[in-house]
Amino acid sequence: MIGFLHSLIRKDEKLLISAFKEEGLNIELIDTRKLQLTPSMEFSFDIAVERVISTSQGLYTTQFLENQNIVVINSSTVANLCSDKISSSLALNKTNITQPKFGVAFDTTSALSVIEDLGYPVVIKPVVGSWGRLLAKINDIDAAEAILEHKQTLGSYQHSIFYIQEYIEKKGRDIRTFVVGDTCIAAIYRSSNHWITNTARGGKAENCPVSDEIAQISLKTAKTMGGGILAIDLFETPDGLLVNEVNHTMEYKNSIDTTGVNIPAEIVNYIKDKYL
Amino acid sequence: MITQEILVECGVCGASIELETNVELNELVDCLDCTTEYEIIAINPVLIQEAPMECEDWGE
Repeated sequence: MIGFLHSLIRKDEKLLISAFKEEGLNIELIDTRKLQLTPSMEFSFDIAVERVISTSQGLYTTQFLENQNIVVINSSTVANLCSDKISSSLALNKTNITQPKFGVAFDTTSALSVIEDLGYPVVIKPVVGSWGRLLAKINDIDAAEAILEHKQTLGSYQHSIFYIQEYIEKKGRDIRTFVVGDTCIAAIYRSSNHWITNTARGGKAENCPVSDEIAQISLKTAKTMGGGILAIDLFETPDGLLVNEVNHTMEYKNSIDTTGVNIPAEIVNYIKDKYL
Repeated sequence: MITQEILVECGVCGASIELETNVELNELVDCLDCTTEYEIIAINPVLIQEAPMECEDWGE
């Protein structure tokens, strides 16, 4: 039996559930919203896959399962690193993986200094967030002062952790790669006239052939994060590829036909081969 | 072979939402007419309610 942690079941989860069933694997669906977690609670499985739409619910539920020595894919170590942009940027830095320059500050004056050092334009992001949500491209000091003040005044404490990246001119597209275990199984270009190219924000996907360079940086990144099932966002620059972000609960429903790769089947095969 | 459809009514616009026969509990479905998102909250019979709003920590 494999535990399947979920909240809302999206097309991605439904495809994965079908893929497990097609391999004859029994899964127990666990809605994290209904759980009443205690350290001693037991589960009827030794392996689980985490597919919860809420990053925090997924992370904490994973920790409770691991407390019972249940293997969760992806692990809480991986989830912690990937879900926190400061943690993942530092991990990438430690292993010399190329990424946009970044800086962090905790008050507006210091944040302005970070921005001035990076040079306009910059991108400010929530430390925890996804789907291109609450990003700001800051083109000048007027915008910087306004956004920093708004974040500090209107947001939770998390929005006073100013994570700032240099803006990378990516000419209308970025690359999303899909890593399962030690293989970069597929990649897509995400194109948009807007500087935010997430498909959640309207970016259009088309197949991206997995070059040696794409595979190499993706696999090194996945290894740095602890491995598992990861989606990696890359920028193309004249000096080579940069890693923008790493995602530990990847979405793929719109990438299966685009790439010709049965991503959920690859995930199930990986779990079967490695853990069962 | 007769395939039985599952139809539910959109509470916002009244359109019929056709569901797959292998619908899952907690599945997210949407009304193609007005794009309102729903969660399947019961099977046999199928019941839907408007899906929860997106939260700040949702995503990949």
